[in-house]
Amino acid sequence: MKKSFKNIFSNGLGQLTIPIIAIIILVVFNLIRDPSFFSIEITQNNEGNNVLSGNLISIINGASELAILAMGMTLVTAACGGQDISVGAAAAIAGSGFVKILKSGDTISGGKVILAFLFACIVAMLFGAFNGTLVAVFKIQPMIATLILYTCGRSIAYWINGGATPTFSSSIVNAIGGFIPGIPIPTPVLIVIAVGIIFKLVFHFTSLELLTQSVGINGSAARLNGINATFIKLLSFIILGLCVAVAGSIGVSRLGLINHETLLLDIEMDTILAVAIGGNNLGGGKFKVGGSIIGAYVIQTLTITLYAMKVSSTDVKAYKAIVIILLVVIGSPVVKAKFGKLMSKFRAGKGNACVKGAE
Amino acid sequence: MKKINTKREPFSDTQLLMTITISIFICMYMSAIGFLGGGFLHVQQLFDMLNDNASLIIVSCGLTIVMIGGGIDISVGAVTSLVVMSCVLYLSNGGNIFVSILLALGIGLTFGVVHGFLISYLEIQPFIVTLAGMFFARGMTTILSVNPQKVSHEGFSALRDIKIEIPWLGYTAKNGNLVPARMELGVVIAFICVVAVFIVLKYVRLGRCFYAMGGNQQSALMLGINVKRTRFLSYVISGLLSGISGFVFMMHTGAGNATNAAGMEMNAIAASIIGGTLLTGGVGNVAGTFFGVMTLTTIKKIVVSSGLNDPWWQNITTGGMLCFFILLQSIVLTRRNIKKKAKI
Repeated sequence: MKKSFKNIFSNGLGQLTIPIIAIIILVVFNLIRDPSFFSIEITQNNEGNNVLSGNLISIINGASELAILAMGMTLVTAACGGQDISVGAAAAIAGSGFVKILKSGDTISGGKVILAFLFACIVAMLFGAFNGTLVAVFKIQPMIATLILYTCGRSIAYWINGGATPTFSSSIVNAIGGFIPGIPIPTPVLIVIAVGIIFKLVFHFTSLELLTQSVGINGSAARLNGINATFIKLLSFIILGLCVAVAGSIGVSRLGLINHETLLLDIEMDTILAVAIGGNNLGGGKFKVGGSIIGAYVIQTLTITLYAMKVSSTDVKAYKAIVIILLVVIGSPVVKAKFGKLMSKFRAGKGNACVKGAE
Repeated sequence: MKKINTKREPFSDTQLLMTITISIFICMYMSAIGFLGGGFLHVQQLFDMLNDNASLIIVSCGLTIVMIGGGIDISVGAVTSLVVMSCVLYLSNGGNIFVSILLALGIGLTFGVVHGFLISYLEIQPFIVTLAGMFFARGMTTILSVNPQKVSHEGFSALRDIKIEIPWLGYTAKNGNLVPARMELGVVIAFICVVAVFIVLKYVRLGRCFYAMGGNQQSALMLGINVKRTRFLSYVISGLLSGISGFVFMMHTGAGNATNAAGMEMNAIAASIIGGTLLTGGVGNVAGTFFGVMTLTTIKKIVVSSGLNDPWWQNITTGGMLCFFILLQSIVLTRRNIKKKAKI
């Protein structure tokens, strides 16, 4: 029992070490700075529901879109060895499609919301398939292939909206972006949990995880073993498309309007960062979706901490960059190797001292 | 004296992709003259395109070197923006113009050295490092000043007003005056950078090392190339060129703004790709990159002058053209590879 615990401590955590250490450091730092930082209270919101509020809730709630996108991005990264930089633009398109259906009639009913969401899913999956075709069939590097949609995606969203930023208000949509009456937990958090469970079930009942890893580690070897590498790559992009549709719909529902310029702005960079902090190799291969999710919460915790320290929203980026560099330097193989050597030297020295003492 | 080449050297990938780009650019410009006429007939139109994009050209040169070496640098636009803001603030507070040039180069060089060190000696993924660099530079820009700043400095204004006028390329305006073709000083700097980078890539040992490293890192190592130092230097050059580009940008706009050079990194990557540089490394040419920038600008000019005034058309057509180029390159290269294999 003790041995296994030691194993977990020394190498069992593996790639999850860095994100977990990061989140612990952030939590401890916040607790020292302000012991009541993570206190949770029950307050009444504008609609008279009892809801949970506090910094912890706003961290978990705010990271919802990022966490959902990071799950999809992990698959793409693992299968293709590259990243999709068009997720923000694609989310804007999906959100525009969502709003377009909602605004098509006079009233917004429950059925219509479902229809709108399905439409957003189809649109996002089509764009995902477009990216996926470029990557899988035409063998273009993912970053370049998705640069196309990155360049023109937000303009396409603008075009769908007809050059405006339409607003809408409906209790059903508010429930998606905010709180369902009677449940104190924000709905986006529940959606993240649902998406996470779906991913877990898919990995459990299909061999997608194994196939993705083998395609990512060596595509041609996987093909020789009878795995359809092209299809796996395409599939990873289509799954990311679904994640984009969910994230885009949440983003739109949160605000009650679609603004093609600011919806999920710069989220592609944060998503890739979440995947990297989660310890996944950006060059493809082995992956852990859980690591990316933790990575997403690390980023959001960092952001909220900086906000709490009265850093203005435009300046946050500079501090974020410093923390990112620190994290990746600690996680870099060279530094790890150097540190390991130093530790073993230290241990050897200690051992010698013990032996001498015994003599 | 005619010399007949009995053994014709086949085009290398680099030359082929560059030739495609240049010929498409010429075709596009010719068709613009044919269908839209007007402004495209004047040389000034070409010069305007150069004046507006001098800093983008310089940045793309640096990015081309990094991409040939098999890396990526997405911090270039943000560094440019930071250089502009800091130089503007320094000059507005009564600084010296030479010191401001040194400041621009120093900031660019610092970013390049830090990126290069982290990427080549600590083996961290280039995307993450330069992403952090981009965040840092953008954040620092807004920390310096959120509000737009204008330069009020006599020496700088004099430097800014230096324009190269070529009368015989000008045109006669409607009131009968001759308007000479005007080119800004920044364009000259951009040309010097393009030529310098071209020479380095073609005739200097370091430049050939970039190609070797990007093509296959393992074989480069076996050939005795110091891969770590070469990679380090590629980022240093890119950073230095971002610094120069920042100064050129300031000479063009004369003001600092937190949103300066927004999206420049993606434009630079797009220009390099259109110019025939592959992100996998080992293939690319800086002359192609130059024409890549010009092609991108021409597309935007054509869209504007052909009456598609809705704000979204520029980006959508740019995306479409990018898609076309990327697909074309992919198909051409795949066909060549199949032929090569068939020969063997």
